[in-house]
Amino acid sequence: MSVKVKEYRGTYYSRKDLEEGRVMAFKDRPEARYAWATGVAMGRFLAELKQGRIVGRKCRVCGRVLVPPRMFCEMCFRPTDEWVYVSDTGTVLTYSVSYLGPAAERLKEPIIIAVIQLDGASPGIGILHKLGEVKPEEVKVGMRVKAVWKPPEEREGAITDILYFRPVEEG
Amino acid sequence: MMASIKRKVAVIGAGITLFRRRLKETGRELSFYATKMALEQAGITLDDVDAVVCGTAPDAFDGVHMKGEYLADGMGGHRRPFVRVYVGGGTGVFTPIAAWWHVASGHFDIVLAVAEEKMSSCFPHPQKAFTTIFDPIYTRPLGANLVWIFALEMQRYMHVHGVKKEQIATIAVKNKRNALDHPCAQLPAKITVKDVLESEVMVWPVQRLDISPPSDGAAAVVMAAEHVAKQLTDDPVWMEGVGWCLDSTYWTNRDLYYPKYVEYAARMAYKMAGIKNPPKEIDVAEPYDPFDYKEAHHAEGLMLARKGEYLKDVKDEDDIFAKYGRDGDLPICPSGGLLGVGNPIAAAGMMKVCEIFWQLRKEAGKRQVKNDPRTGVAQAWGDLMQVGTVMVMRV
Amino acid sequence: MERRVAVIGVGWSGFAPQTADVSYKELMFEAATRAYDDAGVDPRRDVDSFITCAEDYWEGFSIFDEFVPDQLGAVLKPTCTVSGDGLHGLVNAVMQIESGLFDVVVVEAHSKASDILTYEGLLKFAMDPIFTRPLGWHPYALAGLEMARYLYDTGNTEEHCAMVVEKNRRNALANSLASYAADLTADDVMDSRPLFEPLKELDVAGLADGCVVMVLAAEEVAEKLADKPVWVLGMGWANETISPELRDWCRPVYAEIAADMAYAMAGIKNPAKEIDLLEVDDRFSYKELQHVEALGVCDYGEASRLLEDGVFDRDGDLPVNPSGGSLGVGNLLEASGLFRAMEVVLQLRGEAGRRQVQDVEVGVAQSWRGLPTASGAVVIFGSEKEVKKP
Repeated sequence: MSVKVKEYRGTYYSRKDLEEGRVMAFKDRPEARYAWATGVAMGRFLAELKQGRIVGRKCRVCGRVLVPPRMFCEMCFRPTDEWVYVSDTGTVLTYSVSYLGPAAERLKEPIIIAVIQLDGASPGIGILHKLGEVKPEEVKVGMRVKAVWKPPEEREGAITDILYFRPVEEG
Repeated sequence: MMASIKRKVAVIGAGITLFRRRLKETGRELSFYATKMALEQAGITLDDVDAVVCGTAPDAFDGVHMKGEYLADGMGGHRRPFVRVYVGGGTGVFTPIAAWWHVASGHFDIVLAVAEEKMSSCFPHPQKAFTTIFDPIYTRPLGANLVWIFALEMQRYMHVHGVKKEQIATIAVKNKRNALDHPCAQLPAKITVKDVLESEVMVWPVQRLDISPPSDGAAAVVMAAEHVAKQLTDDPVWMEGVGWCLDSTYWTNRDLYYPKYVEYAARMAYKMAGIKNPPKEIDVAEPYDPFDYKEAHHAEGLMLARKGEYLKDVKDEDDIFAKYGRDGDLPICPSGGLLGVGNPIAAAGMMKVCEIFWQLRKEAGKRQVKNDPRTGVAQAWGDLMQVGTVMVMRV
Repeated sequence: MERRVAVIGVGWSGFAPQTADVSYKELMFEAATRAYDDAGVDPRRDVDSFITCAEDYWEGFSIFDEFVPDQLGAVLKPTCTVSGDGLHGLVNAVMQIESGLFDVVVVEAHSKASDILTYEGLLKFAMDPIFTRPLGWHPYALAGLEMARYLYDTGNTEEHCAMVVEKNRRNALANSLASYAADLTADDVMDSRPLFEPLKELDVAGLADGCVVMVLAAEEVAEKLADKPVWVLGMGWANETISPELRDWCRPVYAEIAADMAYAMAGIKNPAKEIDLLEVDDRFSYKELQHVEALGVCDYGEASRLLEDGVFDRDGDLPVNPSGGSLGVGNLLEASGLFRAMEVVLQLRGEAGRRQVQDVEVGVAQSWRGLPTASGAVVIFGSEKEVKKP
């Protein structure tokens, strides 16, 4: 009852208070490491990336081609039916220009990120990746792009086997 | 589905701590402050409490695995039925929803719902913890930052509806100004649209003043069955509708321009509360606003405005206060929201429930909305653009 | 309670020390598919709400519920995480139905322990960061401390704990889901390496992967859909403080409170007579004796005599952990309690195969969330809607 309460509790301190030892702290880092089993769907997806191909799974009931692939269709709740290769070209559904790294640190050069609907995937089925060889102000929703791959000998079966997507001119 | 609800449930007390970037108290101590205040306001003691529901978001902030077990003592959970529920950022509004079914089921007469977040424990920055919300195989290797998904969603919302950044910035102006009257607020400020548009670019189109801050804080409510509530208070606030909904994991496979999951959650809550025309029947709303555009996004999901029309006719600061200010057509985020009061994740959602409680009891002081509110709605959002939690309250 | 609730379907997958061939999503999809088939429901059409029981650090994700709806059929439905054991999830599912909000609710819990490279590190990370963690102990030291005081207070002995291991791992020989079935003796346990005395290596359950999904329904739906609905007759859950400084070292108070609550609901006055079967947490051997006593089957210190007399054997008067328990089946993390509930359901349906206990009508599943917690739940199941008066 905010009007009935006189005092709200809590004691603020600044970063400086901490750094100069005016606030006691115990520092610890979790021992938390994992080796996630990639499973059937993602295991195949990664193996195909190493070969320079992108694979999805199709559900015959709703007809959708799902990328990244999964062994079950979430809408029909049944196993998906077949592996389908999709193109490494696609369309930008939405994009952004990031000046921040993973820990909110400032990046020297911003990176452009986008959700891209690959040709052959169902409408609205996009993947997250980066854009390159393009200036931020030139990027548009609906822009056509194509994957730029790492050289085959450097690929390791990871989403980063695709370096980024670059704009393509199409007739 | 929804056979019929067996028992009426009321909120009879609320408590909250200061929201700040860093607070000296441990998470347990903050929980204790909020719990104690809620009990005092309800006029009861811990001995009267039958069960406790805990809400708190990623363990990586506090730096404790099984964080609910750790916090239980501070929330009054010692030697009591205690459970932690969790739906990411939606947790704050979901915690009283879970407490609602504890009471509505008939098992308990008085239940505490307590939410806590202590984000400052996470070094070097709480955002580092957020990187683990992404899939480790197909997202984390790209160097994903939390703000990415918001920027991609904001862009999509603006693109589909032709909404401008100048319009969205008015929400930050409104909420930070509203927060000047909130005694717990972390970032209250009198700013202009120009300030927002000139603030540091984080992840375009998101700029610094579009975002709510990381915070430490806790909040709590006491909930009671009808017969107990009527004994304890002359002003119970009834929880008449609850709703929640979770969408697919694969957020890049969905069109982010509209939060369908919020709409579904709202439909569930409105159906239970008998609300047919939300903008007419709801007098005050606290949609979740961790980013300014999210208020618009969520108000549309709550069907308080048509898709893409929350900011229709809003060109500047005056327009937004006329429409959504405390004496506007439909007061939205009179508390100051997450943008102004702060965003200790689970506690921030619970703060919205507390605000609706105080507004409906006419105890919000300088923040009191002017339209004699009878029905209010609190909403939170969470996960990968994925979950909506909605609560309808009435007097 | 005003609305009765029954279990109408169970499903499982995994149950192996390693499931490296499938992802956690694929593991959950398989268990869910089995459960829906068992219940005869379509999750997209018939299920109103879903609860998943998970903790972020077990999974290696923050906000794990992000990753659950698709494989459970829960997309765009009311779905949430209960950060607790599977039985904590189950009691919340029951309350959702009792409140009148929903008719059919699904509960899921799983362990993908084989994805975790630093299990002990995670247990350590669950301890109080200011008082306990800086001491730098291995987390099992807490079990050693508790076991020592428990044996001191009750007069039960290390040999009795070893007998529990022998019983459970032998019971597991009749359970095809068991990862740690073995024909070993109490002497083998006594001879195993000391860890934190009196705790020895074979007193500790090994980790396993597995997923359990359970479908619950309101009375009218359950009777329509299920040939053999298994009724929830009583339930309780409670926490004691997690602080080693303040907790009771002999009695598991969380289990006592939970059991009292569950018995009151079910109208059980004399547990030893009115219960036919117990599945209790035995992630450390002494925990089985401690939990049986906390459940009021006998006084503290008497479980050892009943164990010696064979009362807890599969063909005894009150079988305890006929499934093989965690010692035989494996430590399934948050799925431990839901696995026990599944065993009770199968026993009450008469579908437990070689390990079927005869003449069971009332069975109890009890969970503990493991170190360093003092938190757990008790659920009483029955093949009939009421407990028959003795």
